[in-house]
Amino acid sequence: MIELIETANKEALEIIQNGQPTLIGLGVAGDVIPGMAKDLFLHAGPPITWEKMSGPLRGGVMAGLMYEGLAATPEEAAEYAASGKLRFDPCHHHDAVGPMAGIVTSRMPVWIIENKAYGNRAYCTLNEGLGKVLRMGAYGPEVIKHLQWMEKVLYPVLKETIEIHGPIDLKIMIAQAVQMGDEVHNRNKAATSLLIREIAPSILKTSFSNEEKIVVLEFLNSNDHTFLNLSMPAAKATLEPAGKVKHSTIVYTMARNGTEFGIRVAGLGARWFTAPAEIIDGLYFPGFSMQDANPDVGDSCITETLGIGGFSMATAPAIVQFVGGTPKDAVRYTTSMYEITTEESRAYKLPPMNFRGAPTGIDIRKVIETQVLPVINTGIAHKEAGVGQVGAGIVHPPMVCFEQALEAFVNLLEDEGLLEE
Amino acid sequence: MSVNDLFKQELKVVNLGLKSFHNDLKSQGVTVVQVNWKPKAGGKKNMLDLLSKINKVKKS
Repeated sequence: MIELIETANKEALEIIQNGQPTLIGLGVAGDVIPGMAKDLFLHAGPPITWEKMSGPLRGGVMAGLMYEGLAATPEEAAEYAASGKLRFDPCHHHDAVGPMAGIVTSRMPVWIIENKAYGNRAYCTLNEGLGKVLRMGAYGPEVIKHLQWMEKVLYPVLKETIEIHGPIDLKIMIAQAVQMGDEVHNRNKAATSLLIREIAPSILKTSFSNEEKIVVLEFLNSNDHTFLNLSMPAAKATLEPAGKVKHSTIVYTMARNGTEFGIRVAGLGARWFTAPAEIIDGLYFPGFSMQDANPDVGDSCITETLGIGGFSMATAPAIVQFVGGTPKDAVRYTTSMYEITTEESRAYKLPPMNFRGAPTGIDIRKVIETQVLPVINTGIAHKEAGVGQVGAGIVHPPMVCFEQALEAFVNLLEDEGLLEE
Repeated sequence: MSVNDLFKQELKVVNLGLKSFHNDLKSQGVTVVQVNWKPKAGGKKNMLDLLSKINKVKKS
């Protein structure tokens, strides 16, 4: 009888379906993220040491050290990072998520998202925009200067804006965006537009100068990925309470640190199941190829874990121009994700799938049984620190993560005496 | 219907397994559909054992 697991999965899916991710404000990481400290840097993916970090993660750490004033040059930063004076921990261990390198330091401003249905919170830095940016492992002076601008201008304006506006229901905004051609992982054009439309009047009502208000609006408008740093913590806040359901085979975390891919399964608690991250099959910017690519990196596949992102690619046909393939492939990707998930989202409805709900609730048993792996669309970082993004494409988690998790799950049931002889 | 009768009619084939059978028939103008099928757990014995065990959870 498998009622125990079915009941647990039903409970986990109810939690996911009922989630109410809501933007409630902004704060400084050191003040609001649980356990955050000056000597602690958060990073994307499962736990990793400086020695094992790939180029983009190292570059992000170095940028973080210079931004924090703990190092003056890249050389000093690399020395500091290797000295043991700095602690590293996954964003996921602190209710946070970070795109690509996912580095969060104590001075960085963050969005604060609350799941109104369960009271838990999730945090994410503000998106830096395109070009040379920390999240892609760049650490030049322009990167640090831009982070300082975000702290001194962007953050205070947005903080006051949300105070004036009040909480914003991100579930409704994402539901609208997925009906406007976004899957809110690599395509956030509609969602970012909806956000700007929602908050623009409140930006105008803030106490800042017209010049500051204009530059903030221009920055938000120049960056289609502004909303990515909201869709990610919205997904994190929605999934996190489901991660506490005992005996559930539902995946509540997928994340990569650029060296390893890791998953976590509700019934197996906080334990990571990891394997070497894959190289991404995709479209490369002129002058770059697969040889330049770093393995898969970032917490952004928390969107896929929720059923949006690559799982909902059918609803974002234009994204294939960015990640490769055809609109027909996008429909095929989404269709195949129903094979490994448990329910269809009641909130995120996909027009090209005849308004079927997004495939939601990855079940490790189904992944093993069908041998269909979750599909993730993603940016590609250069393997060397300091270079930045070189393309975008499609990638999958290693099957071995799911195999290890299934084995651990069976062992757990055996240990608890729950298996029939 | 005997097999001989079957081959006197227009063949409509559903192919499971090796895609080369599908491709060969298609190249000869036969109406053929390829089913996207894989053996359970890719036929991996250790995974099949685990799936079998997990289906034997005691009734709570």
